[in-house]
Amino acid sequence: MDRDALEMRPDAASDWPDRIYDTLKTHGITQVALVPDAGHARLIRRCQADSAMRVVTLTTEEEGVAMLVGAWLGGAKGVLLMQSSGVGNCTNMLSLAVLHRAPLPMLVTMRGDFGEFNPAQVPMGNATQAVLEAMGTLVRRADEAKDVAPVVDGTLRLAFNTYRPTAALIGQRLIGAKTFGKD
Amino acid sequence: MPTDPTLDRRAVVRELLRDRGDLLVVAGLGASAWDITAAGDCPANLPLWGGMGGAAMLGLGLALAQPKRRVLVITGDGEMLMALGALATIGVQKPVNLTVVVLDNEHYSETGGQETATRHGVDLAAIARGAGIPDSRIVRGAEDLPGLRSDIHRAAAPLFAVVKIAAGNAPLVLPPREGAFLTARFREAVLGSAAHHQL
Repeated sequence: MDRDALEMRPDAASDWPDRIYDTLKTHGITQVALVPDAGHARLIRRCQADSAMRVVTLTTEEEGVAMLVGAWLGGAKGVLLMQSSGVGNCTNMLSLAVLHRAPLPMLVTMRGDFGEFNPAQVPMGNATQAVLEAMGTLVRRADEAKDVAPVVDGTLRLAFNTYRPTAALIGQRLIGAKTFGKD
Repeated sequence: MPTDPTLDRRAVVRELLRDRGDLLVVAGLGASAWDITAAGDCPANLPLWGGMGGAAMLGLGLALAQPKRRVLVITGDGEMLMALGALATIGVQKPVNLTVVVLDNEHYSETGGQETATRHGVDLAAIARGAGIPDSRIVRGAEDLPGLRSDIHRAAAPLFAVVKIAAGNAPLVLPPREGAFLTARFREAVLGSAAHHQL
């Protein structure tokens, strides 16, 4: 089977990853912290190609929460990119963003959400929004391509205008589901 | 078997922060936060009250945001052990203006003095070196502190130091607890009054 079938990603014709990149530029984002996800692969490539953005690949997502609190303390604006499974890794560290009133926009590509193949993705995917909200994060969702840019823009505005963690969940329906060749 | 460390944590921090100039200081939760406060609370201090395992990464984000300022993270062995991956992240980024100092008493002193992994031979400086921070050192005597202090202000590469200190608690000297206040005063110290009008 095709190796590409193992990792789902938006098809080449979808341009919502480029619209996210444009939105990050509009908001003056200079630090991009991430644990890679196939759904964000195109956005990550755009950010890596931008000399005005510092892309930091983390060993675990909670590092990005602390890093972006530090960025804000130094006057820089950042964004955290991750897959829904990474939200669980961030739970306690979100305390810092809440306590320190630090803008912390998170762009989360969903797994275990729509047509999932891998049973291990379901528990955290199903809990992603509840966990974020339990830790004081304002959560908005996009399940259609036309909604992605406005939802990301709204998520960034909420974070930087009101000083708190916010998240945009990008539905699995937009990204596709892994099939392992079984479709 | 090496003898137990004798360096006093408060004396160590006082020396490292002597004539600190515009040094920005982040302290991990617990005793490290009390230590930087005992040395003199000021707006350029960011003492953490939570987020265990976040101190070094907070320092990285700050150091990348303010490449012309020197950033010092002071934290404990327990807090650093929770964030070994952060050493790899920092080792890859190589911020020249960031120093991480671990005050290593080989115990969780805030929770009853339970032993940490460093008590059993885990070498944080070796881990940091392996993670890509070549200047990773262990300081055991007061005679090495002035050199470390100087390097914090001058190093041309990220610096990691484990300072072996005596176990036991120093008197509590608590920093402000309100995070919004700590953030606002720190940002004003770095950015001036523009900090409060950033869009």
